[in-house]
Amino acid sequence: MAEVTLKDVRKDYAGNQVIHGVSCAIADGEFAVIVGPSGCGKSTLLRMVAGLEEISGGEITIGDRVVNDLEPKDRDVAMVFQNYALYPHMSVYDNMAYGLRIRGMTKAEIDVRVQKAAATLELGPFLDRQPRQLSGGQRQRVAMGRAIVREPKAFLFDEPLSNLDAKLRVQMRVEIKKLQRALDVTSIYVTHDQVEAMTMADRLIVMNKGVAEHIGTPIDVYAEPATLFVAGFIGSPAMNFLETRVGSDGALELDGARLTPKTRLDPGRAVTVGIRPEHLAPGGGLDIQVELVELLGADTLVYGRLSDGNSLVIRLPGTQVPKSGDRMPVHANAGAWHLFDTETGKRLGTA
Amino acid sequence: MQKVGFKGRFFPYVLIAPQILITLVFFYWPASQAVWQSFLIQDAFGTRVEFVWFENYETLFSDPLYFNALVVTVVFSTTVAALSLGFALLLAVMADRQIRGARAYKTFLIWPYAVAPAVAGVLWLFMFQPSLGIVAQQLKRMGVDWNYLLDGRQAMTLVILASAWKQISYNFLFFLAGLQSIPRSVIEAAAIDGAGPGRRFWTIVFPLLSPTAFFLLVVNIVYVFFDTFGIIDAVTLGGPAKATETLVYKVYSDGRLGGDLGGSAAQSVILMAIVITLTAVQFKYVERKVHY
Repeated sequence: MAEVTLKDVRKDYAGNQVIHGVSCAIADGEFAVIVGPSGCGKSTLLRMVAGLEEISGGEITIGDRVVNDLEPKDRDVAMVFQNYALYPHMSVYDNMAYGLRIRGMTKAEIDVRVQKAAATLELGPFLDRQPRQLSGGQRQRVAMGRAIVREPKAFLFDEPLSNLDAKLRVQMRVEIKKLQRALDVTSIYVTHDQVEAMTMADRLIVMNKGVAEHIGTPIDVYAEPATLFVAGFIGSPAMNFLETRVGSDGALELDGARLTPKTRLDPGRAVTVGIRPEHLAPGGGLDIQVELVELLGADTLVYGRLSDGNSLVIRLPGTQVPKSGDRMPVHANAGAWHLFDTETGKRLGTA
Repeated sequence: MQKVGFKGRFFPYVLIAPQILITLVFFYWPASQAVWQSFLIQDAFGTRVEFVWFENYETLFSDPLYFNALVVTVVFSTTVAALSLGFALLLAVMADRQIRGARAYKTFLIWPYAVAPAVAGVLWLFMFQPSLGIVAQQLKRMGVDWNYLLDGRQAMTLVILASAWKQISYNFLFFLAGLQSIPRSVIEAAAIDGAGPGRRFWTIVFPLLSPTAFFLLVVNIVYVFFDTFGIIDAVTLGGPAKATETLVYKVYSDGRLGGDLGGSAAQSVILMAIVITLTAVQFKYVERKVHY
């Protein structure tokens, strides 16, 4: 168990920088999730922690050791891969025992550890099987088992659930989280799935184009997204964005509604106003034309259009069904509106 | 595998007919001719033929020269197979790494396969010809008494080198393809599990490469038993003093040069039996340890 610290970590491939200085301290036992769209550099970052990619700049420490120049084998981390990367020619038992044998443990010790891990992961009946005789979920467990028997300083997960079907994914998500709690091992988990990210993380690292745009607890990221990108990426359905300018009196004029920013903004400044679909409710200021209604059972999504052409999604509890073509007034409470600088994408506060 | 149904019983036979025909004409027919021939003794002028049952085989097994050829073949084939497989694997592992110009290296390494055995033999002959060859001259300058035309060991070394060199590119190609089909993440997982490069190779890469290695072993055995004829014929003609006379070369020299058609046929029947047995044994025992 150990703290994992990234200090201005950079990566470039032949002069082409893909990670632009990420800094982050992951506390002992913390579950950190790196989330972002594909190509944002999240897997690269994880592989740099694992030692599979060279670090072009900055410093990574695991525990109290700087690991920049250490081989993967000397970093004492375990990794779960997206395609599981089980050794296809070894039994489940040998897959888990492989790393322990290399470390020169006695047979008895190895057996204790493997049996314990197998019991935890309910792999007991499969220990003699070959990986190809297992289902996707079972393979996933073996990959987990291979990681936990090692009792490493840190677990690294590279999109471990993306090859599973939806139902199994939810189940494994809960199991991984429970297991991590029980073992209390520092973990870094990479995913592109924001639901996984929100539900599993103690701390979220939202990445975009090689930059960590927001590092914080899931609730913090949801409630006060640091950038326009983070606001749009976290939350489903995504936040609505409306572009406007600060009026001469410091207020923001939307199609039929006036917002007063909590902090003073210079008149004329281009501002993007964000509002989450779940924070809009019927009645009041904004008038929309309903275009499409999606009934989800527990709640209803209404896709509408303002008279200035901007579209808006509203999430209503229950099954209140406005007909398409209807006009519907909506409003949101003060404080629910997020303000971002249109040019830089930086958060400006609420209104 | 999906089962395919045919209407009528005739059509499937038509489809496999060409293959059957080729096998019949080019294998079973000559093979049966050889078996028949091996029971006959013919005089040197081909005027009189006598059916003698197993006399040809009896003569063969009491002939010390035949046992010499057997020993030469064993030494020759194991060394060539070991050398060509070993070097090919080494080269493939090197080429599999991400290096600049990898593609060019690969192309160059494959070229020797395009050279015909006899031409390869002549190539090595030129280099090692005792009085003119450039390598031979260097060897002499270094104080080696190089004359493979007189020294049986040197002759053997030369045909082994030439034969192995010729086969390396073929083996290399298959090893490289085998290496590239191993998922990188499996090797990375082993690295994280604590295995250094050597251990990763022997415990992960090599077992996963074993189907390829097994296939190549079979192909190489067949190669050294038969296809090296051209090289031996071009370089040493089986000499000196039959030091490089392998079974297949003896078949040729006894039959074509010596005119002993019956004895030569008996030898080729034995040779065929050896290769069939070896291949069967390989499939039965070696394949079990192979991971597909």
